[in-house]
Order: sequence, then structure tokens, then C-alpha cells
Amino acid sequence: MSELTLQLAIVVGYLLVALLVGLVAYRVSTNVAEDYYLANRSIGTLVLLFTTFATLLSAFTFFGGPNIAYEQGPEWILVMGVMDGVLFAMLWYLIGYKQWLVGQQQGYVTLSEMLGDRFGSPRLRGLVAAISLFWLFPYIMLQQMGAGEALTGLSGGVIPYWAGAALITAFMILYVVLAGMRGVAWTDTIQGLFMLSVVWIAVAWVLSAVGGPSGATAALAESNPEFLTLGSEYYSPQYIISTAVVIGFGVTMFPQINQRFFVAGSARVLKRSFVLWPVLVLLLFVPTFLLGTWAAGLGIEVPEGANVLPILLSEYTPMWFAALVIAGAMAAMMSSSDSMLLSGSSYFIRDLYRPFVDPTLGERREAWLARGGVAVFATATFVASLSRPGTLIEVGNTAFGGFAQLTLPVLVALYWQSTTRDGMLAGIVGSQLLYLSHVFIPTLTVEIGATVVPLFARTYGGWDIALGGMILGALLTVGVSLLTTPAADEQASRFVVGSD
Amino acid sequence: MSRRIRTLGWVVTATVLTVFSVPWFWWGDSRTAVGLPLWLWWHIGWMGVATVVFAVFARTDWDRYMGVEDV
Repeated sequence: MSELTLQLAIVVGYLLVALLVGLVAYRVSTNVAEDYYLANRSIGTLVLLFTTFATLLSAFTFFGGPNIAYEQGPEWILVMGVMDGVLFAMLWYLIGYKQWLVGQQQGYVTLSEMLGDRFGSPRLRGLVAAISLFWLFPYIMLQQMGAGEALTGLSGGVIPYWAGAALITAFMILYVVLAGMRGVAWTDTIQGLFMLSVVWIAVAWVLSAVGGPSGATAALAESNPEFLTLGSEYYSPQYIISTAVVIGFGVTMFPQINQRFFVAGSARVLKRSFVLWPVLVLLLFVPTFLLGTWAAGLGIEVPEGANVLPILLSEYTPMWFAALVIAGAMAAMMSSSDSMLLSGSSYFIRDLYRPFVDPTLGERREAWLARGGVAVFATATFVASLSRPGTLIEVGNTAFGGFAQLTLPVLVALYWQSTTRDGMLAGIVGSQLLYLSHVFIPTLTVEIGATVVPLFARTYGGWDIALGGMILGALLTVGVSLLTTPAADEQASRFVVGSD
Repeated sequence: MSRRIRTLGWVVTATVLTVFSVPWFWWGDSRTAVGLPLWLWWHIGWMGVATVVFAVFARTDWDRYMGVEDV
């Protein structure tokens, strides 16, 4: 069998297995919205851990991350550790567990629904949903573009980009429409375990050929000794801290991650996942990023626009194995998009369509409408991805920063009962405006006296402007809350656990 | 131990855990051991410490700050 046929067979084989899992999930599901979006809040530890994990990984783990490690050294492992292993784990407790408790009590399905109800404000509900969709839509588009390109690359150009992206879009729609949260979570788990094992096999394979980690690192010390040194011009302390904080906080507000805070079957499930988080992050990112770094010492040449990991694997492992890893990585991209589509659709139907268009929408019809929403959403991102509009790509690339702007106002609202509706609106709108203006307005330089001051720059002295937006959002939320009084229909007790 | 001191203890622990995930005191250091940079070994060990601390927290004070007794 030729390399091409084999690789395509592996990709198609994977898709079929996933579809089968979706079918089984469909058969055990009941057709109401809460089951479709949240698998009836019955997810166990392993599945919760891996479905959140698989949603986090995406293309960066296997392509983007190792590429950076190949060019700049392995310090991204530290960024990942701080971001996901420590900060996200803490937010998992502070935001996730609290949301789970409140969700159990009040039956919320989305973040915007929870906030809208607590502050008695459909406007706040719609605003949070609209902001989330604004950042989510282009991010899904980027995943589709990535998967389409990977398929084109894999087939050596036989499958054109549009066909690859269309195939993947069609599969995603079919899958999400059938499976809902339960199916998505199940395949995420199978796939997460699979990718984790495959990555370690890959490390063993490569290292056995080059004399173990000492051999690989010795080669690196010859070619790129600076990679072994902690820190560099690229990895400045400001860069490490900004990236870890902005992405770590941003992740919690991504709809597909945030919605997972509602799905755990019990508090024990949340506790166990919280404890295992740092270990899981290490197990995945240390091997993938180190492979990228070691490739630099092994004389692997990466052509412009290509990814280092596939090239390294085809050099040191059998063809079928390399194909398996690529198929798995592509599947990782798709599984992230699956979850995003599902959550995006629930935000749209529940927080925009139902309150503002059709308030009489029932649970059963909502579950069907949500499926329609998935199809429309996926088709729209697919159409957009064909023309690759620069503005949308920019939005997708800055999505983590955009979501991070929501985190602190939400955190304040969850724990501080004096938070008011006006405070929330000010904090959310203010921080979004600050961040958006810096993303979209080109940098201006202004001379004040003898010093040149940049305006609307993305970073100031190496610090990401997203951090500034987060601080502004928190200050506005607290400050305006102190200055205003709660409206009559605000219900602070909604976020008090055990009050009912 | 009073409630306040205990809370302070957790806040300090969380801060130390976050800050020293990166061995800042080895900035610019390039020593290696057993095939990996020393700073990476620190990080790997530190994540292990984080897991132990998280496990202790999950067993002891997990519900203390949420206003629930049994869920």
C-alpha cells in the first residue's frame, strides 16, 4: 500500500470509529436540551478530565508548540505548566467548582444564563453570549483551516484545500448533531488516552535511535547550546508571565471549557480532576515540546510552512506510525472544534435566540434547534475560511485575550455579593473596548517631551495589553459596584450555595 | 488554628506554588542532568509538589470556602 493510501486510510478509519462512538452515545441519550448540552450532568472523572484536556490541546500541542520549541527552545513547557498545570487548576476550583455548585442548584446550562439570572438582566446575558460568540467564531474557523490544510498536506495536494475543509466540516456537523456532549466527551477520552500513549511511544522510538535523552541533549548542546539555557530574548519573564496568565484565565471563559464546569457527575469528580491536572499537563507537554527541541540538535530541516513533528517522526519511526500521529493530531483539532460548535450553538440558542426571539421555546424543540445551530455555525465558519479574511484571522489569534477579559468580572460576581449589574456591565464592556481597540487600531507613536510613547500597542515593555484589560475589567466591576446600588430584580442569593 | 490564619496559609501556598513553577533564580542557567536541563527537572518536580498540595487541599478545605458541608 502506498504511503498516501495508508495515511488516508488511517484518517478515515479514525473518523469512522468516532462516528460509531457518536451513534452509541445517541442511543443512550434522551432528547432534551440539558442532556444534549451537558450529558445530564453525569460525567465521571476520567471522561471529564480527558474531555477538558482534549478540548485544550488542539493543534498547538502537536504542531504549533513543537515548532516554537524547535526554533526557540523548550521553555514553553514552563509556560504550559504555569498556565494549565497551576493557574487553570486553581481556576478550576475557584470558578469551576463554584459554577458547578450554583449550576446544580439552579440548573444553568451556560455562563451567560447564570449571569443573566443572577443580575436579573437579559441584556447582560445577551452581551456575554455575543462577546463569547464573537471570539469563538473565528477561532473555530482557524481550526477548520488547520485541519483542511493538514489534509491537503497529508494527501500531497491530491485533496484540494476547500474539499479537505468541506469534508471535515461535514463530518463535524454529522458528529455533533448525533452525539451531543456525551459523544463528544467519550471520543475525547478515547482520543486523549490514545494520543498520550502514542506521544510516549514516539519519544521512546526517537530516543532509542539517538542514544537516549543524554545523547539527544548532547547533540543539542553542540548545535543550539542557547536552548538549554533558561530564558532568552524570546522567552523573557514578561512573555512567560503574560502568556501563562492571559491564556490560563482566557481558557476558563472559552464556552466549551466553561460549559464543562456544569457537567461533572459529583463533587468528587471535580476534586480528582483538579488533583490530576498538573501531572496530566506534564505527561503531554514535556514529551511533545522536547521532541521539537531535540529535532533542532538532530539536524532536522523544516521547510517554510511545514511542521517539525511529522518530519521528525518520518525520519525516526515507521511510516504507519507517523501517519497515526498525524491522524491523531488532526482528530485533536476536530475534537476541539466539535466541542466549540456544541457550546457555541447552546450559547446562541439559549442566550440569544430564546430570550430575544422566541421565549416560548421548549426543552425538546431547543435540543433540535441546537442541532440546526451547529450546522449553521459550522457552515458559516467553513464559508468564511474559504476566503480567509485577515480581520477574522486576527480575531481568532487574539481569542484567548478576548476571553480572558471576562474572567475577573465573573470571578468577582461569583464571590462578592455586593457586585451590581452596572458593575458587571461596566467591567465587561470597558475591558473588551480596551482590548479590542488595541487589537484593531494600528500602533501610534506619540512624542511627549523627549520620550516616544506607543499607543494602541499589543505589548508595553513586553507585557501583553490583555493583562491591562483584565485589571481594568476587575477595577471597573468593583468600582462601579461600589458606586451603584443593586436593581430590584438582582438576586445575590443565587450565587450563595445552600441558600435554597 | 484560626480560620483566618488557615486561609492566609492557603493564599500564600497558592502564590508560592504559582510563582516558583518557573525557577526564576536559575535564570540564564544551562546546567543539565540525566539528559535534561536542570531547570526542567525543577519544573517537573514542582508539578509533582503541586499535585500533592492540590490533593491535600481537596481532602481538607475544599468545601470550606464554598459554604457547603456535604454535596
